[in-house]
Amino acid sequence: MITIIDYQISNLFSVKHACDFLGIEAEISSDKNALLKSQGAILPGVGAFGDAMHNLEKLDLVGPIKEFIASGKPFMGICLGMQLLFSESEEFGINQGLNIIPGKVMKFPAKNQEGEIVKIPQIGWNQIYEPSAEKWKNTPLQAIKNNEFMYFVHSYYAKPDRDESILSLTNYKGLEYCSSILHENVFATQFHPEKSAKEGMKIYSNWAATTLK
Amino acid sequence: MSQNIRVIPKLDIKGPNLVKGIHLEGLRVLGKPEDFAKYYYEAGADELIYIDVVASLYGRNSLHDIVAKTAKEIFIPLTVAGGLRTIEDIRSVLRAGADKVSINTAAINNPSLIREASRVFGSSTITISIEAIKQSDGSYLAYTDNGREHTGVEVLTWAKTVEELGAGEIMLTSIDREGTGRGYDLELTKAVSEKVSIPVIACGGAGNSQHVLEAVEAGANAVAMASILHYGFIEKHKNLSGYHEEGNIEFLKSGREYLPGIDKVDIGDVKKYLHQHNVPCRYS
Repeated sequence: MITIIDYQISNLFSVKHACDFLGIEAEISSDKNALLKSQGAILPGVGAFGDAMHNLEKLDLVGPIKEFIASGKPFMGICLGMQLLFSESEEFGINQGLNIIPGKVMKFPAKNQEGEIVKIPQIGWNQIYEPSAEKWKNTPLQAIKNNEFMYFVHSYYAKPDRDESILSLTNYKGLEYCSSILHENVFATQFHPEKSAKEGMKIYSNWAATTLK
Repeated sequence: MSQNIRVIPKLDIKGPNLVKGIHLEGLRVLGKPEDFAKYYYEAGADELIYIDVVASLYGRNSLHDIVAKTAKEIFIPLTVAGGLRTIEDIRSVLRAGADKVSINTAAINNPSLIREASRVFGSSTITISIEAIKQSDGSYLAYTDNGREHTGVEVLTWAKTVEELGAGEIMLTSIDREGTGRGYDLELTKAVSEKVSIPVIACGGAGNSQHVLEAVEAGANAVAMASILHYGFIEKHKNLSGYHEEGNIEFLKSGREYLPGIDKVDIGDVKKYLHQHNVPCRYS
């Protein structure tokens, strides 16, 4: 059983639907004991960083999430759920994150280097690619083609301090940024695999197959 | 490097049926929305839009069952529109499985709903639908209730306002072109795309792939279309059945007289055409 962490902010149902469709046993819960007992956990997320951290604190989930991750069990973050793993975000002032991955979350610039206006949020399909050859081998992205399209919805992007944790890169209007990370037992994507059609669903099944035992 | 253009089938739904009209009027039953949605998903649709076309008239959105069913087997973003008036209405379609909502009438009647909804659910969840009709002096005015109600609201000013209030994107429909197959209103598409920095979905008028390309060249970030894809689907499924025998089913019974000037295409055809004209999109 895995726990889809409910912190009263995001649309969790699509993650649950994806798990159900693939036969991954999952339960939506904001109970820390349920979380700590589960084999794996998913932190989804759509919404504002500050509100999200506030809710995690209010629900007394910050400590349990850190404890869960420290136990080495598989943990997956999606979209805002990836950003929350970082040290801090500049969304509406500086907010402290869960600080699992050293680095920060920044807003897309309003204009790119060529001076073109960048539409924010980025809404739509974009490609993910390997930062170096064979980086996806034995990872949840192993069945995915390099440069495959995934579905993104975001105005902020994460910048890890250490390049080793970058699992994939994506280019939005000339800005290359980190679109997924793998750091020990923590896997997280800026895109929404549960909204990325069949290729996205492969990521869930791969994550479950390679990490949940 | 430009952004990938999204190709989005728009499904107008009345009761249990997929329907299509012209200028949002004269609705004809085309079949079961679930069948079309599944087919579009398999064919590479980038998102889906479901519109309860009579919801505003009755003040309720009745797509919950269809949305719930879709969300269980279709894993691309789904936008639901029609008759959503309150934060609770929005919450309830999101719970049913929608990823985004699109709001027109309630936003014009109560603009503060946009701010509140985008704060509660995040900007990217809130699409504002603008239904425009060109006036004799060349300006565009926004209409509500499927193009029936005149609001006096000027489209460009309104587009800027909804952006400032926190809307994540704008679904821009030309009522003049809707259902006609005469092409998108490019002047309108261009004017709104230049006015706002949030994404604009062009809607209304696609009769062939070239029209879609023109809308992209006019500045649209996404293109929604109905008849050309629906006809393409119907053409491939000659023995369509299972639709509910309510509403105007003459089209399905009468040997399917298509409107002239509307191609019958697949999503793959549209994307191939865009790809050949160097428009980036999810195509492989």
